[in-house]
Amino acid sequence: MAGAKARASSFSRNVLGASSPQIPGLKHGPNGTMFISSGIPDLDKILGGGFSLGSLVMVMEDAEAPHHMLLLRNFMSQGLVHNQPLLYASPAKDPRQFLGTLPSPAVPKDDKSSHRDPDQDKGLRIAWQYKKYFGENQQNFDSQNGKHEFCNNFDLRKPLERQFLTGKCIDCASIQDSPNLVTLHDRCATFLSQFPRSDSNISCVGRIAIQSFCAPQCGYSNMEWDMHSFLRSLKGMLRSSNAVAVVTFPPTLLSPSSSIRWQHMADTLLSVKAIPDEDKELATLLTGYQDMVGLLNVQKVAQINTQVPVILEATTFSIKLQKRRYLVLECLNQAPIDGSSGSSYGTSGSCSGSSKTGSLDF
Amino acid sequence: MEIRGLLDEALGLQHLSGRVVLLEDCVETSAAFVLHHLLKRSLSQPLHSSNVVVFIAFAQPLSHYDRILRKLGCNLAAQRDNSKFFFFDMLMDCPDEDNGKGGDGGLVSLYGKILKTMSALPQVNKNCVTVMIDDVSLMEVAARGSTNLVLDFLHYCHTLVSEFGCSLVMLNHEDIYSGMVSPTLILQMKYLADILIKAEPLATGLASDVHGQLTVVNRSIVDGERSRNKPCNFHFKVKENSVEYFYPGSRT
Repeated sequence: MAGAKARASSFSRNVLGASSPQIPGLKHGPNGTMFISSGIPDLDKILGGGFSLGSLVMVMEDAEAPHHMLLLRNFMSQGLVHNQPLLYASPAKDPRQFLGTLPSPAVPKDDKSSHRDPDQDKGLRIAWQYKKYFGENQQNFDSQNGKHEFCNNFDLRKPLERQFLTGKCIDCASIQDSPNLVTLHDRCATFLSQFPRSDSNISCVGRIAIQSFCAPQCGYSNMEWDMHSFLRSLKGMLRSSNAVAVVTFPPTLLSPSSSIRWQHMADTLLSVKAIPDEDKELATLLTGYQDMVGLLNVQKVAQINTQVPVILEATTFSIKLQKRRYLVLECLNQAPIDGSSGSSYGTSGSCSGSSKTGSLDF
Repeated sequence: MEIRGLLDEALGLQHLSGRVVLLEDCVETSAAFVLHHLLKRSLSQPLHSSNVVVFIAFAQPLSHYDRILRKLGCNLAAQRDNSKFFFFDMLMDCPDEDNGKGGDGGLVSLYGKILKTMSALPQVNKNCVTVMIDDVSLMEVAARGSTNLVLDFLHYCHTLVSEFGCSLVMLNHEDIYSGMVSPTLILQMKYLADILIKAEPLATGLASDVHGQLTVVNRSIVDGERSRNKPCNFHFKVKENSVEYFYPGSRT
């Protein structure tokens, strides 16, 4: 059935390589995958390049704080900046209003300088063992050309300019009105049919953002199996199209087994958690506690076309707002570990690191 | 030629014929690589060149398996052209949509297709068929949560398998059922299985050198060989073209 296709795709890799860099916002990943940006430079780096095309990204919400919105906003804005069609579904009455809150990309010049400064700051502040990592980052930023950046840095205080919002194919759907998931499924299907996966060329990339999928106001709570099969068919459709879907859901509202089922269905699984204001214990444990907005946990990274799991150095990151404008993610590791020297020390260090993050797991 | 891994040793030397293998994994550690290994093993054993694999994929499209298996040294497209590999893509053509009949999630027609495929095989291949299911939890979703439908399907497959002396390999995610009071499906699957392979993360978390641990319980009575009822436990590291297996602590 699809075998001939798969065969052709691997042979035509060179053609792909020659043609696709002209499309902004796309990057080659390993194993014949393509990356699009999550809209957060740090998250792209953590995930090894970004979200893979054809993958289902699920974000587990914190019941008390809207941190998942930060991820969604940047994801949506990045798509609009790159001229990629967007389908946004939310349990709000008027989802289109949410577009007004999307952040705007920082001015390139400003962007560059703002990137340099923190790096240098960190260089002064942080132990010398980390220096080599910053060296790498620097190169990454330099290699991007200013015009068609793969990933923009978004200024959360500046709303996205009108020109990005008008005249684009932005499809908004409210999942509050519809009595069942058929409507949403059909909209996703028609949206995704614009981006069929062909082996030779990628002409257009789509983004789907679904906010608070199982929120109580949708009234799906008694339709668990409908939600499961919606996600399953969404994943199936995504695999055969050039698109990425980000679905956020509050896991506390689901039964534990459903929540785990969804975690299995997700290709990339993230979770966000708020930081309580006056948590003395955490404040003493973590440096820079005051600047933290929340925590991001990377639980699973997409394994498309490969069986090798992606093992991250750290899975918990702090979400910070730099200059109250830019979303940055920072590693929580406190102990200065140099992974490359002394294997026994390195492994024991990573063990302690993981157990520490374990205490912060949610 | 190839150095036999701990997994193969634990599974036993011979072909899996007549066995039911259950793979269990969790969100942190995927056991998909064992499935790939068994798929490769079934298709590329020179001694068993009549082996046939019927693969029921709910989780991934063919291109995914094709790429992985090619890195393992097995060309699925070629095997399919030789009628040694039959792929049922249940991800792309969602069975619950193209025919809304009866709400069986297409499992009945899927079984019909498997039966047809198997009975159309030449006599040489008939008793060397491996049926693989990736994964059963998604099959449950296709059946809209009807445990009975899935169990019926599995029992039919089991009957088919034991009738022809073939083997059945199924993957399921154990952690989905861990919170349930009476997880009928997973319990029944465990009861059916002759060989249980469980993938778990290490208690200390994931590391880049050790991706997790496998526990293999081989309940099948081995003729002439030593009994293998003792569970084997070893660590693994998944690579693109192979998987390294080693005993805990044997790595420097």
